Amino acid sequence: MTEFVGTTPGLFPLPDHAKSELADLKGHQKGDLISGDEPESITDVYDDARSTVVAEQRDAGLDRVVEGCLRWDDMLAHPLAVHDNVGTGGIVRYYDNNNFYRDPCVTGELTPSGDVPSEVAAAADLLDDTDPPLQATLPGPYSLADLATDEFYGDDREFLAAVASFLAAEVEAFPAHGTLFLLDPSLVATPPDDDLAAAVPEAIDTVAGATDADVVVYTYFGALDEKTYAHLLDADIDAVGLDLVDADRETTVYNAVEYGITDDVALGVADGQNTLVESPETLRERAAWFTDQVPATDFERVYLSTNTEPFYLPVNKHRAKLDAVGAAADLEREVHA
Amino acid sequence: MARNADNRAQFRPDGHDADHFLLTTVVGSYPKPKWLNRATDLAEDPDSKFDNGDLKEAHNDAAQLITEEHERAGLDTVVDGEMRREEMVEYFAHRIPGYEFNGPVKVWGHNYFDKPSVVSEVSYDEPWLVDEFEFTANVATKPVKVPITGPYTLARWSFNEAYDDEETLAYDLADLVNQEIGKLVDAGARYIQIDEPALATTPDDHAIVGESLERIVDGVDDDVRIGLHVCYGDYSRIYPEINDFPIDEFDVELCNDGYEQIEVFQDPDFEPDLGLGVVDVHDAAVETVEEIKRNIRQGLKVVPPEKLTVSPDCGVKLLPREVAYQKTENMVQAAREVEAELDAGELDVAAATRP
Repeated sequence: MTEFVGTTPGLFPLPDHAKSELADLKGHQKGDLISGDEPESITDVYDDARSTVVAEQRDAGLDRVVEGCLRWDDMLAHPLAVHDNVGTGGIVRYYDNNNFYRDPCVTGELTPSGDVPSEVAAAADLLDDTDPPLQATLPGPYSLADLATDEFYGDDREFLAAVASFLAAEVEAFPAHGTLFLLDPSLVATPPDDDLAAAVPEAIDTVAGATDADVVVYTYFGALDEKTYAHLLDADIDAVGLDLVDADRETTVYNAVEYGITDDVALGVADGQNTLVESPETLRERAAWFTDQVPATDFERVYLSTNTEPFYLPVNKHRAKLDAVGAAADLEREVHA
Repeated sequence: MARNADNRAQFRPDGHDADHFLLTTVVGSYPKPKWLNRATDLAEDPDSKFDNGDLKEAHNDAAQLITEEHERAGLDTVVDGEMRREEMVEYFAHRIPGYEFNGPVKVWGHNYFDKPSVVSEVSYDEPWLVDEFEFTANVATKPVKVPITGPYTLARWSFNEAYDDEETLAYDLADLVNQEIGKLVDAGARYIQIDEPALATTPDDHAIVGESLERIVDGVDDDVRIGLHVCYGDYSRIYPEINDFPIDEFDVELCNDGYEQIEVFQDPDFEPDLGLGVVDVHDAAVETVEEIKRNIRQGLKVVPPEKLTVSPDCGVKLLPREVAYQKTENMVQAAREVEAELDAGELDVAAATRP
């Protein structure tokens, strides 16, 4: 019997009042973005926003609770953008979106930072025994390396390994958590070349090995190419995450049929980049559309989520999607596509 | 096919001394006077006596002020600086039935925009820009250019809840733009600029922009100059395809990266007129007249002088106002000096020597 788990990839939109308060406190320019040593006036706003988004996830009946990565001004590049040995270059486009982040330029050794662990700990402090398990979010090592510019290690494999070790050290400093989502859209958007492809599962294993939690490598912005998918399955992880909203989802099914799949799977069934709110039934139908086509696999656990980070959405629609995902996981009856 | 319409001469000012004529223009937006921003805040404050009627008056005052500022800088064609517009997608979405707004979304850092959602078939209701065109044309002594956010950008930078795909939405929006241009032309407009910055994000969609333009210009008289503005992209991915677009002028930002991409447009021959960005809108340092003249000469590598228009890279609204003014004034001065050098035969124009 499959367990359906309603969750999110993290990176929530800030509540609207926090958007304007933080814009006033921090400013609008490149130099005003998060630094990692922000004053109390700013941390107070983030603390308040964190409480809000944790409460919303509770209300939506989600089965995992995330911190929301509310401080991540640079989206998935955040963990490096605030690192002491990383400078921030120009503003660059975030994948194929009308969003931008500061290019993190790595100029020294990627020592443990403690930035993300402190916010995950702050979220853990808001939960009690009656709450669902905490889920931590980090970029996958390949995506984080892909979003950054290396000016120190000088070799792609060495840089990827260093980013993985850095992320592993962050994970080791996390409080107890039930699930770790590693967001890895670069595996789709700019897949690794032949030289680097085999190093990707090793890098993921470095990060996954730092936690006892279930580890999900979450991919989106389309389907993985066959070779990248096959390499990803070499990693010692509990679930791959797949985008079922993007138009090339048939390729995603093909990959799973052809190359197999993890025992658990995470499915991006709600559109994280469109305000149209899908019904819980629609979300379950999308999941069934996938699982019914993958023969000989009785998934132990299926995570349901938006396909992308939800920060692209206005807050009201984001909340409605949380409700729909929470309800979709709770639907009793069997749903077939 | 580029329209190749001979509609540039109508913008040549009476008494233009030089034989050569480099059409000077702007992309559209201009820094708002601080008092206009304060007035907008006041109009939104329910406790204030300052109401929407007062705000309309403030918009008119600002539009007149900036139109005259453009004329003082010596531009051949002017815009009102888009004083009534806060954001290039929102402004039009508020005027098109079928759109709704749900709240701000992040662009970068703490910069947000009210990204609208298309929730039903889009349609045409009241004219979008005719009133503001008529106002500006009344206060201007120079021809007025009308910038319109293009249908591809309107589709791409909205949430699409109602259409099967963005292509279909873009074509429906293009039909609305065509209706609007009809009304603007009836009101006397002769220079329309379609802004499609989204094409730079997704250059593989150039065919959708091309088909949208076909719909936009359908039935529009050749006397009406149609420009297309695109900025901050990898132009090798849309050139030479843009030569097939039904436009009179392609306006592009190239100053920002020091004309690294100018060669892209040299082969094959550039079909429409070239609107070349010759001042950087993301650098508050004012280029000297000599620097801008060098930038204008970059354009002469692509088109002969009779096909060259000069403008800033993009809208100048993020610059301090005095910087925006000085850049514009220097740009016009540089164009006039290049015209004189062309008249005197002092410039070697590569593009003019083509058969």
